[in-house]
Amino acid sequence: MISQWARFWVAVAAFAPALASADRYNLQTPQTPIAREIYDLHTLILLICCVIFVVVFGTMTYAIIKHRKAAGHKAEQFHENTTVEIVWTIIPFIILIGMAYPATKTVIQMKDTSSPDMTIKATGYQWKWGYDYLTGEGQGISFFSSLATPRELITDNSAEGHKKREAQAHYLLEVDNPVVVPVGKKIRIITTANDVIHSWWVPAFGVKQDAIPGFVRDTWFKVDKPGIYRGQCAELCGKEHGFMPIVVEAVEAGKYTQWVSEQNKKALTNVAAAGALDGKGVYDKVCVACHGTGAAGAPKFGDKAAWGPRIKQGQDTLYQHALKGIRAMPPKGGAPDLPDAQIKAAVDYLMAAGK
Amino acid sequence: MDAAHAHDHAHGHDDHAHHPSGLMRWITTTNHKDIGTLYLIFACTMFFVGGVLALGIRAELFQPGLQFWRPDFFNELTTMHGLIMVFGAIMPAFVGFANWQIPMMIGAPDMAFARMNNWSFWLLPPAATLLVASFFVPGGAPAAGWTIYAPLSTQMGPGMDLGIFALHIMGASSIMGSINIITTILNMRAPGMTMMKMPLFVWTWLITAYLLIAVMPVLAGAVTMVLTDRHFGTNFFNAAGGGDPVMFQHIFWFFGHPEVYIMILPAFGIISQVIPAFARKPLFGYSSMVYATASIAILSFIVWAHHMFTVGMPAAGQLFFMYATMLIAVPTGVKVFNWIATMWKGSMTFETPMLFACGFIFVFSMGGFTGLILAITPVDIQLQDTYYVVAHFHYVLVAGSLFAIFAGTYFWIPKWTGHMYDETLGKWHFWLSMIFFNVTFFPMHFLGLAGMPRRIPDYALQFADFNMVASIGAFGFGLSQLLFVIGVYKCIKGGEKAAQKPWEGADTLEWTLPSPPPYHSFETPPTVK
Repeated sequence: MISQWARFWVAVAAFAPALASADRYNLQTPQTPIAREIYDLHTLILLICCVIFVVVFGTMTYAIIKHRKAAGHKAEQFHENTTVEIVWTIIPFIILIGMAYPATKTVIQMKDTSSPDMTIKATGYQWKWGYDYLTGEGQGISFFSSLATPRELITDNSAEGHKKREAQAHYLLEVDNPVVVPVGKKIRIITTANDVIHSWWVPAFGVKQDAIPGFVRDTWFKVDKPGIYRGQCAELCGKEHGFMPIVVEAVEAGKYTQWVSEQNKKALTNVAAAGALDGKGVYDKVCVACHGTGAAGAPKFGDKAAWGPRIKQGQDTLYQHALKGIRAMPPKGGAPDLPDAQIKAAVDYLMAAGK
Repeated sequence: MDAAHAHDHAHGHDDHAHHPSGLMRWITTTNHKDIGTLYLIFACTMFFVGGVLALGIRAELFQPGLQFWRPDFFNELTTMHGLIMVFGAIMPAFVGFANWQIPMMIGAPDMAFARMNNWSFWLLPPAATLLVASFFVPGGAPAAGWTIYAPLSTQMGPGMDLGIFALHIMGASSIMGSINIITTILNMRAPGMTMMKMPLFVWTWLITAYLLIAVMPVLAGAVTMVLTDRHFGTNFFNAAGGGDPVMFQHIFWFFGHPEVYIMILPAFGIISQVIPAFARKPLFGYSSMVYATASIAILSFIVWAHHMFTVGMPAAGQLFFMYATMLIAVPTGVKVFNWIATMWKGSMTFETPMLFACGFIFVFSMGGFTGLILAITPVDIQLQDTYYVVAHFHYVLVAGSLFAIFAGTYFWIPKWTGHMYDETLGKWHFWLSMIFFNVTFFPMHFLGLAGMPRRIPDYALQFADFNMVASIGAFGFGLSQLLFVIGVYKCIKGGEKAAQKPWEGADTLEWTLPSPPPYHSFETPPTVK
């Protein structure tokens, strides 16, 4: 008997480390104090639920085995007991209070966004994030962050396509411009949106905050150690909801200062460089989502039958359609940040392919 | 249908033989049994339509990459799967049970408003047609999730309008049905049947009907505001016009949370009939069960914002809704304990209804535990909008509501048709469903914990293996349901003749009627001691 129990507990103990950091079976390894509190809270409640499950369903299993007609058991006829009803109402109630107490403390801590070291605004767009560094070191930095995984990799279903996908380490979780923050500082994130409701979520931080158009919400985190942390939009926002990830790169204070000065230098050259992005570049980044697939009635790239009548309407008309939007197409194809000249270059590119 | 012909042959006295036969019979019927049958067949059909949509979803999610559908069509699949299963399968199935069982269980000849009953049913096929037709209009079916949050829902094409009209019509059907059920239960019980002597299934439907009347109009309000925002220049949910997108969520979930209890309370009622019958022992704690059901229903009105923990409400709001939600675990636990106490020291046999009932208790409770975990706000912040939530609600809705529907069908179909169902087929249906259900949905807990969001057609590589397992399970589960359809069809057509009381431990009034029962169940009311 004793050795049986010893073997059981050894098995549990061997399993436990797997449970502790098994990113496949449990919450991601926490990287902030709040994430750690959430992780521990979940472990506590899960264990309580497991114990209750074993007790209750152990009892039920016992009854199923022993109190069956085939085993010869005769049915008793008792059918009420007020004491027992009171006991099994009060005991769960007490267990719930035990869970609610630590949870309450964590809720209050999560809400306290006061005295941050810096503030970054995250704006949800259909379908990418825009970041504006509002206060603290890096103030004034502003950029968009879009999915970097190429569309062809997502839709390629040949054998090599599958292989290339498996080899892409951060498939669907990589962006062109990650959010860079210093470690150990309290970062306040303000969320809002441009169009529909999105949600800014980084599991390793224990942070999820809806981004609501016309409203401003906030949350905060403080990253323990340097690293790259990835999350996704967590509120259905249209067809590319699964394709607008979040990447946060936490770096040491010195590296952060370096990054800030690089960004400031880039901002000055950006204005000049804006013209460098050509029509094909804009098409590949912005237009392909609809014009590559024909979604929402978009005339497909290279479809001469669809483009013929449109080309006949004249270049200026097509420019206006692209800039102002037409039918299901939003103005500038949903990229309001792009200068008119680049949109026109993309239209030229599409027209040329449709001739 | 053969069930009806069996009625006529078994009771040669039938002086209503002049009621229409064939198609007109089914269109004009005011008979609670016929209408119950219509609801059940409608629900079964919609279940398979919704199931095919689910297989479309799981086919795409079998592997990373986009293999089959464009992302916008994928969103149509997830949305329509939800809408069809909730409004087309589960809710009508329970109304079908209500129609068949309530008059017989209270000793009444029929429902109070027999003609309105017909109208309640016949609203549904046109509503379902509108809803499914939305796939074929420009822009496709609604693709904003079954929760159709604004402002996304205000962006969608005409399919969303069709969906809104379908919801209005189905809501009207539910409200009329509920008025009927309440009036019948309060006014037409046999002499001697006090409220506290009613079968628990009748209690759960009485309470469910009040919930329906309270909240379906709220849903109607929410979707009408979406409609006017879309077409008539209002700005209820448009911040730029002075409105509030979050208000949609409040209004929707004020309906939505009682809605999920509407989908589970009748299931509790069915299980409360099946377990005592197969344990050959009275239901333990009858009054507690009634009070627990009523408590769950009342509490269901004050927990709605637990679906909204991430919208940015103040901490006081999060705490209130966390505490209120956790509280529901108490009466729910009381019910589970009472069912087990009913089984305790009984004399159980495990025919198919009892298998599904016991399976229900195991697997629904797992869903209840994940619900409790989700109730804890800080944990919910991590799990909201992930596959953990998908796992939770499929555990309570499939292993909960659907398994209870199966239990009730196998339990009562001998009464309805006069034939015993094929027990071997029933057992296969149970075990395959149980196994494939868990293969499909258990891994989703891990996916959610590991960080996979909901409503995405493609996913990062670390989620690949559990998605593959879930997809295999889903196809297995779907195929297993064919066994149910085959079994039910065989039973309607023929099979071993069913006794008046085929279940030794059953003791409610319907078992005092022949199998199948006469066209008008109790022409003279029985006296209940």
